[in-house]
Amino acid sequence: MAFQMTDIIPALPEIFLAGLALVLVLVAAFGGEEAGNARRVTRLSLVGIAIAVFLLVQGDAMPSLAFGGMFAADSFAFYMKALVLVGTFAALLLSLRPEGNDDINKPEFALLVMLALVGMMLMISADDLLALYMGIELQSLPLYVVAAMRTNSLRSSEAGLKYFLLGALSSGMLLYGASLVYGICGTTDFAGIAASLSSGDLPVAFIVGMVFMVSGLAFKVSAAPFHMWTPDVYEGSPTPVTTLFAIAPKVAAMALLMRLTYGAFGQIADQWSQVLVALSIASMAVGALGAIMQTDIKRMMAYSSIAHMGYALAGLAAGTPAGAAGVMIYMTGYVFMGAGTFAIILLMRRDGQAATKIVDLKGLSRTHPLLAIGLLVMMFSMAGIPPLAGFFGKWYVFLAAVQAGLVPLAVIGVVMSVVGAFYYLRIIRLMYFEDTDAPLDAEIPAVNKLVLGVSMAVILLFFAGLGGVLTATDTAAIALMGGAR
Amino acid sequence: MLELSLSHYLTVSAILFALGIFGIFLNRKNVITILMSIELMLLAVNINMVAFSAYNGNLEGQVFSLFILTVAAAEAAIGLAILVVFFRNRGSIAVEDVNMMKG
Repeated sequence: MAFQMTDIIPALPEIFLAGLALVLVLVAAFGGEEAGNARRVTRLSLVGIAIAVFLLVQGDAMPSLAFGGMFAADSFAFYMKALVLVGTFAALLLSLRPEGNDDINKPEFALLVMLALVGMMLMISADDLLALYMGIELQSLPLYVVAAMRTNSLRSSEAGLKYFLLGALSSGMLLYGASLVYGICGTTDFAGIAASLSSGDLPVAFIVGMVFMVSGLAFKVSAAPFHMWTPDVYEGSPTPVTTLFAIAPKVAAMALLMRLTYGAFGQIADQWSQVLVALSIASMAVGALGAIMQTDIKRMMAYSSIAHMGYALAGLAAGTPAGAAGVMIYMTGYVFMGAGTFAIILLMRRDGQAATKIVDLKGLSRTHPLLAIGLLVMMFSMAGIPPLAGFFGKWYVFLAAVQAGLVPLAVIGVVMSVVGAFYYLRIIRLMYFEDTDAPLDAEIPAVNKLVLGVSMAVILLFFAGLGGVLTATDTAAIALMGGAR
Repeated sequence: MLELSLSHYLTVSAILFALGIFGIFLNRKNVITILMSIELMLLAVNINMVAFSAYNGNLEGQVFSLFILTVAAAEAAIGLAILVVFFRNRGSIAVEDVNMMKG
């Protein structure tokens, strides 16, 4: 258990980002309050994330455990970290030009996002209950603050307050579950927990602890019935913050849930599978039905993300390597769909003020034909229309569920994605078949074009790179299920 | 003499944890009370951790409880900061006034 210098190498991207965040504290504190300093901190963060991606790619050659088994740097961690880094990079890039209603031109914003990013990467690599808890808290605490970033806005501070209260409640539940699991298994190490579960009957206290832990994580991925905070936080937060929430943290929380269920509780898949099936069905139903009557597009995207988590959990509930690979493919599409959609939502402004009602999209095909095509691709992909990325995500998730014998779950999932297609197609109808007398602002900044262009390219050409994605996710799924141990 | 066993500690902690949960959901008055309830939940977990640590004969639970205490302090600081910001905008910290967004 003693600390060794070689432990540093697998964790190099995290250590670098944490060090950079500390430097950025000084830059933010001494650089002044003006918008120029905020942009400087954001640009430095973007450079830092690019360097972290480089360090991550360099380190992939040696999958290993570090820090006494607390930190796993396997190919699963590599894949999910790459997704989180790319997603956070896109969200920070999109925040570079916020103005008007969404004024978050503060140096603290990028700084807090960097700290949350370190937390997300630690969550993905967590291989111990203690590392899991510290990762979650390092991710959550900065995110509570950025949700309340616009300190003079009632909506933003209310979003921050709600997010904090429900997030703290979920952390408490997760911890109570962790204490019971530790007590029964006698260790906090995931490998040790898995080893102690392979023999004998499971005490009731362990089952209770496991359900508490899964429920606490369900809060973090906003799976129904633990989704109550999501619509309010999405709607109330400044739009650049919502962009971040929609892209990165759920990928990290889903990765943590996968590592906990497949890694620590891998022997008793039949026990947690039923819990995940229930969460999955509830999320798909709440997401699909709740989105229909929304008028605010950010709120609609919140329900959309609840539904997406439901589909991803269907793959997780399968409990097989194919299910894990399916979830990873789904989350890949989810990151790019979120980035592309929010690159457009951030442009929904009239006279410089954010206009986030769904009806504000009326006639977009006449006033901004390119944006309309971009949003069309994103909505088709979210609805799961082939050959876009969203279709392949749903395909592999439901395929894994059917192969694992969860046919009813897959059937409900397909029905719910048809229901969900209704509200995605409604947006397309508003854009193409209705006229507007109050067009949105014409200016399209380069960063939005860049993020939208890259997301569209990934989603449209996903089938071309599918072979590579499948190889990567299969390797990662095998590593997740115990290849590295 | 009553011998104190593991189950006594676990019972106390389960009662405290349940009090914390009910404090969050049944409390209709003040957000500060919710913050206190959250602290109560975390302290219940600490009792669990330390009791299990003594029972299992290893130190991991006690180390864990020290980390929980530290994070709980940071969490309370951030919660109070957000609450102050909310109070400046709303002029109230009653639970029923946290209601701008619904649906």
